[in-house]
Amino acid sequence: MPKVFKFGDHINTDDILPGKYAPFMVGEDRFHLYAFAHLRPGFAEEVRPGDLLVFGRNAGLGSSREYAPEALKRLGIRAVIAKSYARIFFRNLVNLGIVPFESEEVVDALEDGDEVELDLERGVLLRGGEAFKLRPPPPFLLEALKEGSLLDYYKRHGRFPGE
Amino acid sequence: MGQTLAEKILSHKAGRPVEAGELVVVEVDQVMVVDSIAGSFFKRLEYLNATPRYPERVSIVIDHVAPAANLEVAKAQKEIREWGRRHGIRVFDVGRGVCHQVLVEEGLAQPGWVVVGSDSHSTTYGAVGAFGTGMGATDIALAAASGRTWFRVPESVKVVFRGRLPKGVTAKDAALEMVRLLTAEGATYMAVEIHLLEGAEALTRGERMTLANLTVEAGAKAGLVVPSGEILELYRVPEWLYPDPEARYAKEVEIDLSALTPRVSVPFHVDNVHEVARVKGKRVDQVFIGTCTNGRIEDLRAAAEVLRGRRVAPWVRLLIVPASSQVLEEAAKDGTLLTLLEAGATLGTPGCGPCMGRHMGVLAPGEVCVSTSNRNFRGRMGAPDAEIYLASPRVAAASAVAGYLTTPEELEEVYA
Repeated sequence: MPKVFKFGDHINTDDILPGKYAPFMVGEDRFHLYAFAHLRPGFAEEVRPGDLLVFGRNAGLGSSREYAPEALKRLGIRAVIAKSYARIFFRNLVNLGIVPFESEEVVDALEDGDEVELDLERGVLLRGGEAFKLRPPPPFLLEALKEGSLLDYYKRHGRFPGE
Repeated sequence: MGQTLAEKILSHKAGRPVEAGELVVVEVDQVMVVDSIAGSFFKRLEYLNATPRYPERVSIVIDHVAPAANLEVAKAQKEIREWGRRHGIRVFDVGRGVCHQVLVEEGLAQPGWVVVGSDSHSTTYGAVGAFGTGMGATDIALAAASGRTWFRVPESVKVVFRGRLPKGVTAKDAALEMVRLLTAEGATYMAVEIHLLEGAEALTRGERMTLANLTVEAGAKAGLVVPSGEILELYRVPEWLYPDPEARYAKEVEIDLSALTPRVSVPFHVDNVHEVARVKGKRVDQVFIGTCTNGRIEDLRAAAEVLRGRRVAPWVRLLIVPASSQVLEEAAKDGTLLTLLEAGATLGTPGCGPCMGRHMGVLAPGEVCVSTSNRNFRGRMGAPDAEIYLASPRVAAASAVAGYLTTPEELEEVYA
């Protein structure tokens, strides 16, 4: 059963992937192993594909480095929930095809280590007998996510969604 | 209806009036790529089976780890040079300097342009009236391939600076005060529109770059300084490039420059800003003067003024990294460099240097650094428990001499 990894407010891109472990520093095949290396050592070994990351306010502030969310994608993260996002991180998540849900209530309700199931299409999160409804991302982003990522969308259509 | 400066620029680019909240796809005047994401950038273009649509609108700057620190970096930088030659793309190689400083020096950011950069501090281009914004590798690759990008037209926060800076107080102190007032998320998804009034228009291009640079630390998408003063002399500013008086803002903040004192941002959040007096006496191991925030010639001169005839404390390493080769040359010509070296400074290659902890000046566990850079996040410059205090070049230089956090004015008292 997928597990919740819960983090606090203002988690920055240096927390998610410290700059010194950028792919061009440590190699393309290894950089994701350093996700949360300072903040939560052992995360890369512990996390399983399909697990859910939960953040507080202003998630992903700081650098534009896309390899922070890319490391998460490589570790099998398909969706995150935050109370709010820093804008570059939000764009990067969408561009990579990781679904960024936004909800104060759901973040508050979830605990680190909770076992959950997430229906990405319907935006429904199940924890035991409880169901939480998540508001889907804006249509523009949803259109891109349907193709996998914004890159896939552009590759297929030769234009941006809504253009 | 009145428009903000961000709405003006994006309307101009979209060819129709747009307002906050709308999604637009606009042409991009310049795409800036740094060494550290170049590999991801190439891979994405390859996946799209695309090459840059307008090669002259793309610049790659080798600055984040320059010269190369290890074999992986060396290979990545070799690929940049070869790729640049193959596609006729401008490459600024090792030693030319920090991307934002270099683009401004080269005239690759102009009033009214849209400049997207693979570095979050691309808001810096707002100093000259360009809509500059940071993006990830995918957005940057798409902008290069298509010549366009998409934006949600941002709402704007109006920040008004009034009056003149007192002696000993700098644009960095004003910028830190702005981040404190806005908070780290106060301008998220928004443009910060900076108005300089009643003497504040005297701020130079370099000082405006410091202000625009720090806006991203309040979460801003862009930090636009309304053109005035030196900018009108240095650039051809289009007539339409001003906000309308009746433009609407999400919020407004006023800062009286004449009442400011030196500021310091205390770990581990940039908006944790205090007067230097609050943390005075904190022992310092390393002082770093440089970066896209404060590595310009006026910053080195300000440091030299404090350091002239003095030596840094025996337990302090003072690292100085000029923001560009031009800055380094100027500092060499006018004697600034000699003053810094005589005081005990160590000189680094123009570039980003120690700012993000990848090489040159990595901090050991428990160490304390006073830096003129823009981020004091946990672990950014090395060990997770090392502390970074952000300050102006004057405060940084004074702290290097004292060996603890202080201002040049306090130094006078000690050494008089």
